[in-house]
Amino acid sequence: MNDITSLSLTHTIIDLKDKKFSPQELNTAYLARIQKLNPKLNAYLHLNESSDKIPVAIKDLISVKDLPMTCGSRILEGYVPPYNATVVNKLASNGISIIGKTNLDEFAMGSSGENSAYSPAKNPWDTTKVPGGSSSGSAVAVSADLCAFALGTDTGGSIRQPASLCGVVGLKPSYGRVSRYGAQAMASSLDQIGPITKTVEDAKLVLSWIEGEDGQDNNVVSKSKIQSPPLKNLKGAKVGIPIEYFREGLDSEVEKVVKAAINKLKDLGAEVVEVSLPNTKYAVSVYYLIMASEVSSNLARYDGIRFGQDRSKFGPETKRRIMLGTFALSTGYFDDYFIKAAKVRTLIRNDFKEAFKKCDVIVGPVSPTVAWNIGKKTQDPLAMYLSDVYTIPSALAGLPGLSVPCGFASNLPVGLQILGQYMNDETVLSVGQQYQEATEWYKERPKT
Amino acid sequence: MVQRKAKNMKWETVIGVEVHVETNTKTKMFCRCSADYFGAKPNTHVCPVCLGLPGALPTTNEEAIKKCIIVGLALGCDISERSIFERKNYFYPDLPKGYQISQYRWPLCVGGSIDIEGKNRKKTIRINRAHQEEDTGKLSHRGNETFIDFNRSGLPLVEIVTEADFRDSSEVRDYGKKLQQIIRAIGVSKADMEKGDMRLEANISVRPEGQKELPNYRVELKNINSFKFIADAIDTEVARQIEILESGGKISQQTRGYNEDKHETFLQREKEEANDYRYFPEPDLLPLVPDRALVEKLKLKANASDPAKKLTVLVAKYNLGEKLVSTLMGQGMVEFFEEAVQISGDGSAKALATYITNRKIDPTKQKPQDLVDEINAKGQNMAGQNQIVEASKEAIEQSEKMVTDYKAGKTNSIQGLIGQVMKKTQGKADPQKAREILEKLLK
Repeated sequence: MNDITSLSLTHTIIDLKDKKFSPQELNTAYLARIQKLNPKLNAYLHLNESSDKIPVAIKDLISVKDLPMTCGSRILEGYVPPYNATVVNKLASNGISIIGKTNLDEFAMGSSGENSAYSPAKNPWDTTKVPGGSSSGSAVAVSADLCAFALGTDTGGSIRQPASLCGVVGLKPSYGRVSRYGAQAMASSLDQIGPITKTVEDAKLVLSWIEGEDGQDNNVVSKSKIQSPPLKNLKGAKVGIPIEYFREGLDSEVEKVVKAAINKLKDLGAEVVEVSLPNTKYAVSVYYLIMASEVSSNLARYDGIRFGQDRSKFGPETKRRIMLGTFALSTGYFDDYFIKAAKVRTLIRNDFKEAFKKCDVIVGPVSPTVAWNIGKKTQDPLAMYLSDVYTIPSALAGLPGLSVPCGFASNLPVGLQILGQYMNDETVLSVGQQYQEATEWYKERPKT
Repeated sequence: MVQRKAKNMKWETVIGVEVHVETNTKTKMFCRCSADYFGAKPNTHVCPVCLGLPGALPTTNEEAIKKCIIVGLALGCDISERSIFERKNYFYPDLPKGYQISQYRWPLCVGGSIDIEGKNRKKTIRINRAHQEEDTGKLSHRGNETFIDFNRSGLPLVEIVTEADFRDSSEVRDYGKKLQQIIRAIGVSKADMEKGDMRLEANISVRPEGQKELPNYRVELKNINSFKFIADAIDTEVARQIEILESGGKISQQTRGYNEDKHETFLQREKEEANDYRYFPEPDLLPLVPDRALVEKLKLKANASDPAKKLTVLVAKYNLGEKLVSTLMGQGMVEFFEEAVQISGDGSAKALATYITNRKIDPTKQKPQDLVDEINAKGQNMAGQNQIVEASKEAIEQSEKMVTDYKAGKTNSIQGLIGQVMKKTQGKADPQKAREILEKLLK
């Protein structure tokens, strides 16, 4: 298919410069494709038909002035933000316009997209499967060529996991790389906005647009303080394989695909070393205490007074996490839960510091399985939580993580996760780029 | 000390005080909305941050932090090496985020004290802490409707918390006045109780005299917005508590307000258990690590907190009388005065100080520049010497009683004559000049 909607962001920019087509033609083509496919895929919650530049899809918990924002929840029905998130302004000044807001698990809480109050997005590779979550719509929109690229947010894996399940590239930047201003907070100490794209170079380009200080997010680290030099060449580079990521729970077919990808890195000249992240087993518990605690506070503003509906409109998973978090912060439990979790979080961070003494990047699976059937895990929250077991530890440590397509298991896409040291997003992107150039997996597109 | 005898028991009052001071920064605590909201149309000084809109994030106002440090230093507190903002979680319609950014475990200023005169002896009140937080919006009720104005939402507040060192209401009042003087002297707030820049809450309980432990309850007395009522409000509440205890009752943990017309306290909120605010470190803000060199620099400003020192400095600097300066200080107008002098020059210091103290300028309605303009405009229309002499002669002829009083030694009655002169010249006479002329004519 030679539709202009299949072009990567980088190629779209080149072709627009060469006047192979106009921005209007580009938007018309995308809108036509959305009209055709969105009823089936449910990637978009709102469209902006006046998009007139390179079209981006924005996860519907990032504020875009004058476009409705739901955060995937009924509670925000009717809310229209009066201001732009920092990332939206930064994209606008780089010739990008918003074509629509994408579906998500309510307030980004979920790993399948099924917690959306507006019915889940579907996986374009097989519409009976989940697309992953919580940035479901953004991953689906990129995978099905419904936008040139998309923005998602990642708190415990919400960019990387749906990117993996939908066969596209997803980058969670280091915490503090991109301003969160304008993105509804889920867990403030973990949330990070990042790109979901068709290629690794696209992700790198988008990061360069959206990163940096804006004076509105205290946690953004000044670029002048980021020193670690990027690793340019895989030859002689050390790739760490965490033994804990290849144990029970990992689907054997997924394991085969990921191991083949690691062998590819070896072929490209990398030295593979075994590393250990011993506190991995505590990561999901720690995450569910810290994240839920912050959630309970961050969602307190939804009192139905200034905007939105009353609190009965929260969905069941949101209510569950608000209650968990409220409990963990209560007098008498705070030390045993929140404080202890914060301490173990430090241990997890130290695990990575130790491991990175032996290697330049850490690679492994993004998700223990490929996309599963819609409805399979909705009655079992714990099983759902465990699907983020490989993305949560690095999120707790604030590290950059990339998902790159690396093959198929049961005809569904598998992503390779590349983790880097804090603020060394460039190395992660560089390794991803070299892997991508040596393989063709990223070119595979679902038949739609 | 409130004491009553019943079953041979004497009671001792135990009070701790929390004072909130709104510091006078240009912008709000965590956003850059103008903090100059007094009298503004409701909800015009607002933005996504102070409205708590989805996605908005706080950024710290450095000016407010400096002012909080100055308060701490003026109270003799230690300034923490590292201080952390926390979220205080609770629901209330005037609290847009559902939590207030405050400080709990790691306040900016720790320890400290204020000396008060006390009833019979000097007394030191220990300060537990002074920390930085943000103000809430303001509710108003009309009929069945409630309105919320978020102009005040996010204004910087410094909360100053004492130990339970007070034993009677007059100590609390003295403390409040002393604290107000200090706050005004260091220039971080007008500290006007009526306008709400300074709010006092007293935690009151009573125990049998001789008991060392703190009572197992306390009543929080709120909304006292004038020094006039502090003592009465506290005495009323103490009497209420003793009455309950003497009749064998138990006092519950509650928040009460004070009705100044009825001279009684009334129940606002019953607190069966202490509120669980679920404090946790605010993840959106970095820890505060005050620069030590800056703290040293701020010490100079904090030294101005000693009213005696400040008085001497002002008297010398502007060549003014002590009485005039202390009136200025008492009115909280020193900052206003100094700004006005900066505009119109040191030579006009005396005229400005006199003008300000006589006219009771409202600084929320008039800026120093306006005042200078006003005086200049008047200057151009000033009544000439002859006009004042004529008016003075007339006044003396028409006010026999005042003249007799004056000559009998009641020199104050000259004020009445000056008033006459002002009237006759349609306010164009310089009152000082009128006085001189009247004095000459009356000799």
